[in-house]
Amino acid sequence: MNDKLVIAGKTYSSRLLVGTGKYQDFTETRAALDASGAEIVTVAIRRTNLGQNPNEPSLLDAVPMSKFTYLPNTAGCYTADDAVRTLRLARELLDGHALVKLEVLGDPQSLYPNVIETLAAAKTLVAEGFQVMVYTSDDPIIARQLEDIGCVAIMPLASLIGSGMGILNPWNLQLIMDRVSVPVIVDAGVGTASDAAIAMELGCAGVLMNTAIAGAKNPVLMARAMKKAVEAGRDAFLAGRMPKKLYSGSPSSPTAGIIASTRG
Amino acid sequence: MITLSINGETRRFTAPLNVAELVEQLAYTGKRIALERNGEIVPRSTFTHVRLADGDKIEVVVAVGGG
Repeated sequence: MNDKLVIAGKTYSSRLLVGTGKYQDFTETRAALDASGAEIVTVAIRRTNLGQNPNEPSLLDAVPMSKFTYLPNTAGCYTADDAVRTLRLARELLDGHALVKLEVLGDPQSLYPNVIETLAAAKTLVAEGFQVMVYTSDDPIIARQLEDIGCVAIMPLASLIGSGMGILNPWNLQLIMDRVSVPVIVDAGVGTASDAAIAMELGCAGVLMNTAIAGAKNPVLMARAMKKAVEAGRDAFLAGRMPKKLYSGSPSSPTAGIIASTRG
Repeated sequence: MITLSINGETRRFTAPLNVAELVEQLAYTGKRIALERNGEIVPRSTFTHVRLADGDKIEVVVAVGGG
């Protein structure tokens, strides 16, 4: 079956995108990524530690850019300016790499996105030639505006970053999918495999997660579970589920040929 | 003597230097880094041409694990 995820003209086999943060060490990071089957992996851009031995193992060794598509993010940015600067640095760091994840946060407790700053940053980044995958709220109007600006994927939260609360408002995700034509990827809030499956059953183009895998007791096993859940959910969406009915009235076994009752 | 702010830390240098020399002094030569000077990207290809001035604010970044 030729069912691929297409983002900014590039084709991906896996609809599971994963973050590279919060693992015990780089060995675990790599093992989890391999188990997840993810091709696109998010990375953060941070200051070098000036006192640190520059020959310490780095993410680049464990997760080589030759094997994975890096998606540099703007995690921790609270203004459009900081987000734009971070991604300019990322582009320089990654040899002109244009595919980025924009997120501009509004508040450190909830990590809820600031959509005003997000819209401003998206405009600047698209004008500068970035391919912007954008983390946003599950507001369908904002999602549409982000698409109009030229973002290549809309990535609404299912629930708060790192919360593991699952998909709290499937109706809004549906409204977003009805209104935008670029891929809609659930980003943030997935807690376990069924959450990922539900997102895919709703018709999302993909799911992006980090803590659900890295924060599991066995991250590598959870990565494998997420891979299966995303695939199962996608297949179920494509298969088209049966309609829900309050009363069945339609048994699975034949209604004819039932032996005669001996009572009455 | 010039003073630079590098990743928020104050560093003093006895002689004037360019970005390539700074990168060498920080032992980042050959490492995958990106560098910003006073809010503007300094492309790697121009490291030897860009001279640093007293008071410059430098940011040096790498890719790290993140979600």
